[in-house]
Amino acid sequence: MSAGAVGGHYAYWVTVFLMVAGLYIVVARGNLVKKLIGLSIFQTSVYLLYIGPGKLIGGTAPIVAEGFRVYSNPLPHVLILTAIVVGVATLALGLALVVRIREAYGTIEEDEILDRDREPRGGE
Amino acid sequence: MIRAQLPALLVVVPLLAAPVIVLARRAALAWALALAASWSSFAIAIALFLQVRAAGVVSYAMGSWPPPWGIEYRIDALGAFVLVLVAGMGAVVAPYMRRSAAAEVPGERLYLFYAMYMLCLAGLLGIVATGDAFNLFVFLEIASLSTYVLIALGRDRRSLLAAFQYLIMGTIGATFYVIGVGLLYLMTGTLNIADMAARLPAVTETRPLVAAAAFVTVGISLKLALFPLHFWLPNAYTYAPSAVTAFLAATATKVSVYVLLRYFFTIFGASPAFAEVPFQEALLALSAIAIVTASLVAVYQPDMKRMLAYSSVAQIGYITLGIAMANRAGLTGAIVHLFNHGITKGALFLLLGGVAMRAGRASFDCLAGLGRAMPLTSFGIVIGGLSLIGIPGTAGFVSKWYLVLGAIERGEWWLAVLVVGSSLIAVAYVWRFVEAAYLQPPGPASPRPGEAPLALLVPAWLLVGACVWFGLSTSFNVGGAATAGQLLLGAR
Repeated sequence: MSAGAVGGHYAYWVTVFLMVAGLYIVVARGNLVKKLIGLSIFQTSVYLLYIGPGKLIGGTAPIVAEGFRVYSNPLPHVLILTAIVVGVATLALGLALVVRIREAYGTIEEDEILDRDREPRGGE
Repeated sequence: MIRAQLPALLVVVPLLAAPVIVLARRAALAWALALAASWSSFAIAIALFLQVRAAGVVSYAMGSWPPPWGIEYRIDALGAFVLVLVAGMGAVVAPYMRRSAAAEVPGERLYLFYAMYMLCLAGLLGIVATGDAFNLFVFLEIASLSTYVLIALGRDRRSLLAAFQYLIMGTIGATFYVIGVGLLYLMTGTLNIADMAARLPAVTETRPLVAAAAFVTVGISLKLALFPLHFWLPNAYTYAPSAVTAFLAATATKVSVYVLLRYFFTIFGASPAFAEVPFQEALLALSAIAIVTASLVAVYQPDMKRMLAYSSVAQIGYITLGIAMANRAGLTGAIVHLFNHGITKGALFLLLGGVAMRAGRASFDCLAGLGRAMPLTSFGIVIGGLSLIGIPGTAGFVSKWYLVLGAIERGEWWLAVLVVGSSLIAVAYVWRFVEAAYLQPPGPASPRPGEAPLALLVPAWLLVGACVWFGLSTSFNVGGAATAGQLLLGAR
């Protein structure tokens, strides 16, 4: 870790940038679809966090045979495959909810939705 | 032979029930399948509890891959205790659902509702049963995704926005958790929780561990609705279908508390890195604020379901307060309260579901004169309310007793005063119901005289009875919690 040069750890810098940018979009944007995009970027940064350290320069797939000495850890890839599936499911469900919200309210801007619920309606 | 497979069956039965229910499609058949699956999960959970009591720890190698390489299901005294609560609530709510869900969920979507309920149950049971940190994340997401759908199936269109907001907050929480697990995996090279706990003390570079602890703590705190990360909870509980609110209030946050206990004591407990940052002190302060502010906010809610949701935030504060005390009595109090609050809130939300069925909703103007219109329901709500306050003879008293003991053991009298004093605020919000139901004449919005159907009353009163039973005979809940607490403290 002593060679903590910025260049040597660029994968982490990319990870942190994506993480913070994604989280910022979720907080700062009122449009529900944009919020979901931010959420996806945020989740994607975690894929990098896992995959990055799993890679060894010059490493191959874990093959037990002559000539293959250095190999990359395959476990992070498997974990992230699972995480990607979770991310896709979350995004799909989120978008489905946005469609239902649009049908019920006629808008996907958070402020307008909250305004429309504040208006007195019959039966409420 | 089947005895050895119980840890897997516990999760597999509801998990497989979900697609079967989707294929079955017919609402009555779907309900029968959900009922059968949830009852068999409960039976398995009890069998596991007895096994754990006899053998100590039940370890199951999924697919016969030995741990720490394969995924291990590991159930100890704490896990078995939480499993009984979760599976038990699943079994009580399932019969309630037939009438309640039919009244609140569109008929053509009922089978999907039951399928989601099964997935949610499988996810929650999986979180508790698994001994693998990443597998826990997957179960967390199974439980969460199905929960979002269940909330969105509420009648009011605001349930959609509540589900969406919960989806955003819940996903951020789960992702924070997975970042923490990633850092822990980088430093220890293992995902098995027991293995990780054994390897952590040897890690010399403590800064990533502190970051990991911070990420996991914040992520799980979002899930368990610790103040000030609780903003998703009141809307989600208010607009979800009644049966869903009761199930979630009794289980979802409690399972997150279980995860927090696991990380604070089993994993980080042995690591010196954890002592570098004052996690316990921060948790103590936030819990104290949660108890007071959420109770005060609850007093001013116009809707009873919403009032109980804020009361849940406060009650979760009591649980985390006990965790932050980190001594034997405090931890026993936290784990007992996890159980006691689960059954109390479950009972209250189930009874309110009956009111919502008769009156259309549960705002206080509908509750006027309820004592005469629905005597059994009202009386049940009063007993549940007494348990929330912590009157002797109810389950709520037992947990507060241990929390006060924990505060005294630490020598921090202000905490004892806080626990007792905040109960007075609970008196204020429970009194609002008593006043509306027994002292006010029926208003235009009140339901006409007539009880909720028996299918709703029997499960609800079962839990009301449990509130009293576990307040008088404490061998199961206090005994189980004390064993679990001792186990956690022994791991430090």
